Amino acid sequence: MRKMLLAALSRVLQGPAAAAAARPVSRVVVASRNYADFASEATFDIKKCDLHRLEEGPPVTAVLTREEGLHYYRTMQTIRRMELKSDQLYKQKIIRGFCHLYDGQEACCVGLEAAINPTDHLITAYRAHGYAYTRGTAVREILAELTGRKGGCAKGKGGSMHMYAHNFYGGNGIVGAQVPLGAGIALACKYFGKDEICLTLYGDGAANQGQIFETYNMAALWKLPCIFICENNRYGMGTSVERAAASTDYYKRGDYIPGIRVDGMDILCVREATKFAAEHCRSGKGPMLMELQTYRYHGHSMSDPGISYRTREEIQEVRSKSDPITLLKDRMVNNSLSSVEELKEIDVEVRKEIEEAAQFATTDPEPPLEELGNHIYKNEPPFEVRGPSQWIKYKSVG
Amino acid sequence: MAAAAGALRRLVRCGPQQGLGRRLQLRSGIHGSAPAAVQVTVRDALNQALDEELERDERVFLLGEEVAQYDGAYKISRGLWKKYGDKRIIDTPISEMGFTGIAVGAAMAGLRPICEFMTFNFSMQAIDQVINSAGKTLYMSAGMVPVPVVFRGPNGASAGVGAQHSQCFAAWYGHCPGLKVVSPWSSEDAKGLLKASVRDDNPVVMLENELMYGVPFEMSEEVQSKDFLVPIGKAKIERQGTHVTLVSHSRSVGHCLEAAAVLVKEGVECEVINLRTIRPMDVESIEASVVKTNHLITVEGGWPQFGVGAEICARIMEGPAFNYLDAPAVRLTGADVPMPYAKILEENCLPQVKDIIFAVKKVLNI
Repeated sequence: MRKMLLAALSRVLQGPAAAAAARPVSRVVVASRNYADFASEATFDIKKCDLHRLEEGPPVTAVLTREEGLHYYRTMQTIRRMELKSDQLYKQKIIRGFCHLYDGQEACCVGLEAAINPTDHLITAYRAHGYAYTRGTAVREILAELTGRKGGCAKGKGGSMHMYAHNFYGGNGIVGAQVPLGAGIALACKYFGKDEICLTLYGDGAANQGQIFETYNMAALWKLPCIFICENNRYGMGTSVERAAASTDYYKRGDYIPGIRVDGMDILCVREATKFAAEHCRSGKGPMLMELQTYRYHGHSMSDPGISYRTREEIQEVRSKSDPITLLKDRMVNNSLSSVEELKEIDVEVRKEIEEAAQFATTDPEPPLEELGNHIYKNEPPFEVRGPSQWIKYKSVG
Repeated sequence: MAAAAGALRRLVRCGPQQGLGRRLQLRSGIHGSAPAAVQVTVRDALNQALDEELERDERVFLLGEEVAQYDGAYKISRGLWKKYGDKRIIDTPISEMGFTGIAVGAAMAGLRPICEFMTFNFSMQAIDQVINSAGKTLYMSAGMVPVPVVFRGPNGASAGVGAQHSQCFAAWYGHCPGLKVVSPWSSEDAKGLLKASVRDDNPVVMLENELMYGVPFEMSEEVQSKDFLVPIGKAKIERQGTHVTLVSHSRSVGHCLEAAAVLVKEGVECEVINLRTIRPMDVESIEASVVKTNHLITVEGGWPQFGVGAEICARIMEGPAFNYLDAPAVRLTGADVPMPYAKILEENCLPQVKDIIFAVKKVLNI
C-alpha cells in the first residue's frame, strides 16, 4: 500500500515538477530510491495466443524479475533511440540509400532474444538494426555501418540491410530469400546435433512469397528445428495486409505447421511464446510458426512518410495505447519493480550512449579505397580485381 | 575370399560401367599388378569425387532432386545414398528456390553442401539464392560469413531436349563477382574440379555436360588418387601448337581437338586450351599462347552476345597479346536462337568440327 502511494505521489509530482527542474529535496523525500522498496519480481497476466493445430499454447501468465525488466527496458530504449538517431542522421543525409527503421517493434526483437540462447541462430530481412543489436553488435558499430564508415560492423561495405554478427545471418535485402536460408541454418543445427534452433523472420509482405511455402514444406518434411516468425506490422510497404493477402491469418499460413498468434507489442507475450516454440523445436517435433502482431511508427523506409496508406490517428493510437516500452514501464512501476526515476536514469544513460555512438559514426573515416576489392573470396591467395577500367586494379584479400 | 568373390560379382554386374568395375578390380588386387591408367567415364569420375569428398569430410552432404533413392537423374550419385544414408544424401521436393536457399543457409552455418540442379536451366528459378545469397554475402559481411557451397549439374545443350532445356549459363554465372565458375571437359577435369570445388571455401558453380557423362577418358595413376585436385582458376593446354590458339571449355574442347587432328594433316598445328575455369579466368595462359601463335579462336556452346568468347576477346584487346595478333580474334558460339528440336536444326545451332576448321583457315588465310 505504502509503495503504491509513494509511486503514485511520485508520478503526480514528476509531471509539473520535472519542467521546473525539480525540487531535489521533495523528490528525495517522496520518491526514495531505496532498493529495498522494490520487488524482486512480479507475475503478469498476458494475452492468450490464438492457436493453430495446437492443443495447448504458451502460458497466460509470465514472471518478470526486476533484473530482467531493467534489462529489457534498457535494451528496448536503446533500440528506440538508436532508430530515432538514424532517422535524424538520414534527414541530415549522413545516412544514404535504404534505411528501414524498427521503432515500435522493439518488443519483438528483445522478447525473442530473451527466450533463446546466444548459441541459437537468427536470420531476418532488412528491418534488422534491432536484431543486429540484440545479437551482440555495439550501437556505435551499427550506426557507423549506416554512415558507411570503416568502424561499421561490416566495415561500411554492407550498409543498413547487411549487418551480421555471431549466429546472426543478417540483414537480407531480397524479400523472402532469408526464409530458405533460415531453414538451411536449421538443417545445420539438426545435422550437428547440438540442440540449437534457428529463428527465421519475415514480414507480412514477404509472407506471400512462394519460396516461403517451399520452405514450410521442406522444414516440416525434414522436421527442421526452425521457428518461422512473421512480424506482421500490418503493412507491406504501402500495402495493407487486407489488400495483399487472401488470408491474413499468417499464423495459419503454414498449413500443416502448428502456429500461434502473439501480441508483438507485449514483450512478455513474445518471450513466453518464443520459449514455447523453442521447446517444441528442440524436442525434435519440427518447425513452428509464430505471428507477432506488431507495428512500425516510421514508414516502410526513410523515403516513405508512412501516412499515405494509414492515418496519423492510427499511428497515434498505437503509440498511446500499445507502445511496447511504455507497456513495460507501466508494468514495472505499477508493480514496484522499478520507479519512474530509475527508468528515467536509464533513459539518460541510453541517450548518452547513443550520442557517443553517433559521434563516432559521424567522425570515423570512410573505408580506405583499398577495401574495395577485398572479401571476394575466402582463404584465397591475394589476387587482382578490376576497377572501372583496365588500368585501375584493386588488390583482393579474403 | 568373400571380398574377392564380391568384387568379381560386382565386376560381372557392372557391364557398361567399365570404369567402376575395373577400378574395383584393381583395388582388390585380383590381378596383383600395380595400378596403372584406367578408362573412366565422366559420370564415374564425378561419382568417385563425390564419394571421396563425402568420406573425407563429415560436413559435406548432397541435396537435390532424385539424388538419393533414384541414384541421381543422370546416375551421377549412384550408390551414394546406400552408402551414406538419409543424413548425407537428401532427396528434395521440386522446389529449386527453396532447396537452393536451404543449401546456402546450411553453408553459412558451417556445413559444406553440394546442391545439384537437375539441369542448370532449373537454376534460373533459384538464381537469386545463387547470386545474391551465396555470391555476395562474404563481401557484404566484410568477410564475416563465408559460403562454402557447390552448385553442380548439367549445363548447356543436350540432344533433342528443346529450347527450355538447352541453355548455357557460363556467361550468366561467370558475370558475377563472388562466385567461382568451373566447367570440366574430361574425367580428370570432372573429378579434380569437383573435389577442388568441395574443398574451396567459396560458392562454386560447376557446369557439367550431359553429353559428356558417358564418355570415357584415360585417368592416370596420379589422377586416381584421393588427393588429386585440379586447381580452380588454371587452364590446361590439351594440345601444343604454333599456328593458332583454340580456346574452349566443356564439350567444345573435344571438338577443337578433333579439328586439330584434321588440320594437322594440312600442316596446321593448333594449340588447344581447355579453360577448365570460367571464373576466375586464366587469361594469362591464353595471352601466352596468342603471343606464340598470333591467332585466336574461341569456341563455346553458349550464345554469342555477352558470352565467354566475347569476354576473352575483350581481355586480349586489353593485354600484351593484342600486339601479337596477326588477325582479329574470332568467336565460335551457339547460334543466336533458342535451341530447336529437329536434329538437323539442333546440330547447326552449335559449333561443329567443320566450323572450327573453317574458322582456322579463315583466320590463317589459307
